[in-house]
Amino acid sequence: MRPAGRADTDSLYFTYPHFDPPKDRSRLAEPAPVAIVGGGPVGMTAALALAREGIRSVLLDAKSTFNDGSRAICIARQSYHILDRLGAVEPFLKKSLGWTMGRSFYRGRQILEFEMPDSPREKFRPMYNLEQQYIEQFLWDAIEKEPLIDARWQSRVTAVGDIADAVRLSVEDPNGSYQMDCDWLLAADGARSTVRSLRSLRLKGANFEGRYVIADVQMDHDYPTIRRALFDPDCRRGGTILVHRQPDNIWRIDYQLRDGEDEAEAVREEIVRSSVAAVLAEIGYSGSWDLEWWSIYSANTLALDDYRDGRVFFIGDSAHIVPIFGVRGLNNGLADAHNIAWKLAWVMQGKAGSALLDSYTPERRGATLDVFLNASKSARFMTPPTPGWQLMRDAALNLALSHPFAGQLANPRQMTPYSYADSPVVLAEDPGFSGGPSPGAPMPEARVGDGFLTDLLGLGFSLIVFDAKLADSLAGLDLTPVVLQPGSEAAEVLSAAPSSAYLVRPDLHIAARWYDATPDAIRHGLGLATAGGFQ
Amino acid sequence: MTPADLETVYEALAEKLDAVDAGKRELYLAKLALLLAHELADADRVRQLMAEAANNLAV
Repeated sequence: MRPAGRADTDSLYFTYPHFDPPKDRSRLAEPAPVAIVGGGPVGMTAALALAREGIRSVLLDAKSTFNDGSRAICIARQSYHILDRLGAVEPFLKKSLGWTMGRSFYRGRQILEFEMPDSPREKFRPMYNLEQQYIEQFLWDAIEKEPLIDARWQSRVTAVGDIADAVRLSVEDPNGSYQMDCDWLLAADGARSTVRSLRSLRLKGANFEGRYVIADVQMDHDYPTIRRALFDPDCRRGGTILVHRQPDNIWRIDYQLRDGEDEAEAVREEIVRSSVAAVLAEIGYSGSWDLEWWSIYSANTLALDDYRDGRVFFIGDSAHIVPIFGVRGLNNGLADAHNIAWKLAWVMQGKAGSALLDSYTPERRGATLDVFLNASKSARFMTPPTPGWQLMRDAALNLALSHPFAGQLANPRQMTPYSYADSPVVLAEDPGFSGGPSPGAPMPEARVGDGFLTDLLGLGFSLIVFDAKLADSLAGLDLTPVVLQPGSEAAEVLSAAPSSAYLVRPDLHIAARWYDATPDAIRHGLGLATAGGFQ
Repeated sequence: MTPADLETVYEALAEKLDAVDAGKRELYLAKLALLLAHELADADRVRQLMAEAANNLAV
């Protein structure tokens, strides 16, 4: 929502583009290898990731421009690795604000200052703040340069039907309607997914009580990019407030509604203005400010039972709704897109067995369930559901005023990337290792020469070894060998011996590792990781 | 802890509970529980004692 007199896309700092429906009608009905419904960040990432693998896609979006408002603003390190893999990270790095620190306050006094894990061996910071319009703009800029993506705006999907070995879509735009077939369909059409309802599927799960208003204001506020959480502040007793800095002097104010507070009333412009003014007074800002945009959300944990329905895969919010304070909605959506894109491409190109596609749900739904677990912890702290939780929360906060250890209970610890250890295409742990990342975990970063370890990884599978002879013995396999020095920083991070090897997937997760690797073991691991693709 | 020490603690806690605002007694005890637990530095033992303290509440 925006202030009276301003249209949905009338922003103080961002010029929304206008996209016409397809002009050339001659080839609209041609079959596509992959169709993607929804041109938000997740759908665009999927299209770019498929193109990176050489797969052509049609990207359909019902709107004529990007999503309104800043929405998801926190992009995690792992997402920057994905954008880096897609060759799209540069504009993100230029515009976004990286951050590592959070501060929590109780009744106006600081009770916790936490640092998210970071070090010079990391290529990217743990978190970046960037308004979602820019996220969409930068992805779109990359898509416009990509001939393998056929993006169609103002194109609404009205029917989805299964035919032999394909999916048939009915598409409507202002200039007409048509049918098109695709081998595979990715539904990236968000929380109110049309594809999901056309397939008669439902999200399942729970609602938390917490309801929040998020409001963006533009102001010259002199405070570093540090996430602030205000517990039980004077301006909103019993509630919790989050404050985030974004580029262009935009500040995100995120405040909890009281029990029984009416939602329709809470989002009235005058009420939002007075609530925001009270928060600004609380954080000591007395200058002028402009209200940019606001919205309301509840902390839900909802997911599909299966992210796959035949030839249809659900990615992003169409598959799962997570509470906002874990900053996992967008980040998990990007990981969904990256995960299914390489798997689909490898299966379509005959480089992997079709069972690889069945690993998508356990891996990515597992990540969602992990978020649910963490989010319910956060929610119980931010919005204590019962007198017992309330008393202990208040005791922890109150004790934290004098004893910093208690403040750690207010640490969101939100940024541990999910591991696919239980995936059917991830090899069991090698007990020979006494440290380093286990199979399924995201590849850790390390400095190598003037760059970073992830810069050396190939487009497909990569094999990290510390003995060139081992790499040479596997020369016939379709993987990128990365030979590192024993005793190097990377070897230390990976707890690797000179004879060790790591098999890294296209999505930067570790498929397998061997303390004492042999060519046969590696061949076997690659076969498992591709569901038989190399056998 | 000697019986005399325990008695000292017992008396001091009684006086403290009278001294704090009646509406803050629960909060005070919860804070104290967290402090003692942190001092004891043994989560299993703390949970065992939590369970023991819950015995016979209905008597």
